[in-house]
Amino acid sequence: MAAGERALGAAGAVAFGIAVIAAATAAVEGLLRIGLLNRYIVPLPSEVLASFPRIVVEENILAPFVVTCKECLYAMLLVAVFGILTGTLLHRFVALRAATETWVAALASAPIALMYPLFLVLFGRSATTVVAMGLIAGLPPAILKTVEGLGGTRRVLINVGRSFNLTAGQMFAKILLPAALPNIFVGLRLGLIFCLINIVGVEFMINFGGLGHVINELAERYDLPGTYAAIGFVILVSILFLILTERIERCLQPGT
Amino acid sequence: MGAIGTEARPAQAMAPPPDWVLVVEDLGKRFDTPDGAVTAVDGVSFGVRKGEFLSVIGPSGCGKTTVFNIVGGLEPGYQGRVRIGGEEVRGPHKSIGMVFQEESTFPWRTVLENVSFPLEVAGVARAERHQRARRFISLVGLAGFENRYPSELSGGMRQRVAIARTLAFEPTILLMDEPFAALDEQTRLILGDKVLQIQQELAQTTLLITHNITEAVQLSDRIVVMTFRPGRVKRIVEIDLPRPRTSEIVGSEAFGRYVAQVWNDLREEATRGMAESEIGALSRRP
Ligand SMILES: Nc1ncnc2c1ncn2[C@@H]1O[C@H](COP(=O)(O)OP(=O)(O)O)[C@@H](O)[C@H]1O
Ligand SMILES: [Mg+2]
Repeated sequence: MAAGERALGAAGAVAFGIAVIAAATAAVEGLLRIGLLNRYIVPLPSEVLASFPRIVVEENILAPFVVTCKECLYAMLLVAVFGILTGTLLHRFVALRAATETWVAALASAPIALMYPLFLVLFGRSATTVVAMGLIAGLPPAILKTVEGLGGTRRVLINVGRSFNLTAGQMFAKILLPAALPNIFVGLRLGLIFCLINIVGVEFMINFGGLGHVINELAERYDLPGTYAAIGFVILVSILFLILTERIERCLQPGT
Repeated sequence: MGAIGTEARPAQAMAPPPDWVLVVEDLGKRFDTPDGAVTAVDGVSFGVRKGEFLSVIGPSGCGKTTVFNIVGGLEPGYQGRVRIGGEEVRGPHKSIGMVFQEESTFPWRTVLENVSFPLEVAGVARAERHQRARRFISLVGLAGFENRYPSELSGGMRQRVAIARTLAFEPTILLMDEPFAALDEQTRLILGDKVLQIQQELAQTTLLITHNITEAVQLSDRIVVMTFRPGRVKRIVEIDLPRPRTSEIVGSEAFGRYVAQVWNDLREEATRGMAESEIGALSRRP
């Protein structure tokens, strides 16, 4: 019964979310039609919706959509590996943490996308540049949340491990890491957001590859409804990856 | 200072009786705090016989957890010695299994995975460790809950998972720090029965830390009564109640006499403890 109620609650929440988006869209449509908003800056939501099939057929957006998804996947895999690794090192070595934590945090707020010329020089106008920029943008939250998660492991769980004579490796793999996992996943989700913004941003700026490239072209042609519809596909990538990380987290941590 | 029984302080030159599996000699521990050094425990000595159930009782803040941590090898920098089977040990030891006061189950593991944890760490194959873990799960009365997660269990059940997990480690000495402190009285009495039953079945040597007189008398062969600040051994009380016991013993006249006797020893300490914490609270007020 409780499960049924919960399912109903979840369905209700989804329905409410959709209703809010629909209401906001209708409001924008109304404001545009009355003339309170400028149609040359904001396209009609109805036109944006109508242009979805068009950009799929005429602009063949599914191909760049897949390209962006792939770049995002590679970047996120690297974010996970290097983020957790670096976070673990910072947790393990207090001096290293004291020396670097502040500027790792500062890096999170730096407009890294503007560093693209450097990466162009390093990797050329290629997917490697895009993935590298996504990686750098996604790393800081993954690192910081890993450090926080490992450091926040409850003392008593560590003592349980010590009382069972765990080796340092077992302590990490069987207690610290699982205890930190919820935090690590928060870091990965935040990292994903920064990562995707940068991937699309760099594609836009260097006019190369996936959705950013398409958005750039549509914008240059002043196809506003098409531009916004293409941005809709970026949101779709983000939703897909958030669902994916949630699934992975639930597989790794079934009890919580 | 204080009345210390002869067996409380084994003379250093004299070898402890051979049936004492755990011997604690002259433990002392000071903590440096911003308000100055606190002597948590001072000159604490006692021994635990093979198969015996020994309780250490004292008011809050008298140094019980400190003794627990020292014996378990988790607290560095103390005076005195801890001997197991005649050998001095420092640091965690494979013959000591610890059950902690705080909730200590792994929330990401099922009951079965929690209880088989020490076996997994020791490299026991999956099928065998699960089989061995099941025995301890049913011993603490949780058969049927193997695949539940701690979040799906009550506090009392979670504490039983923690006890089963430590039993699966098959320690020579089971060390428990107020394992039932967070539970209500009824649950506590019933869990007491479970512990008595386990004690009976495994002949498990047990050192229980508690502040609960009923619990101590219900379960113990002997009770070490501690003083408040510094924590010293005030008296060691032999509980000569028949075994096997159940929680029904709580109603007996002999039980009442033991409770009164232990309370008599504790009252002074508890009053002093309360007064000191009240004075402390007053002096901290700006
Ligand atoms: N890590 C610590 N740092 C400073 N003081 C401590 C620490 N651990 C315990 N103490 C002090 O030592 C005394 C005994 O503590 P504890 O062993 O936890 O008592 P109990 O378990 O009997 O309640 C208390 O006064 C406590 O404030
Ligand atoms: Mg305590």
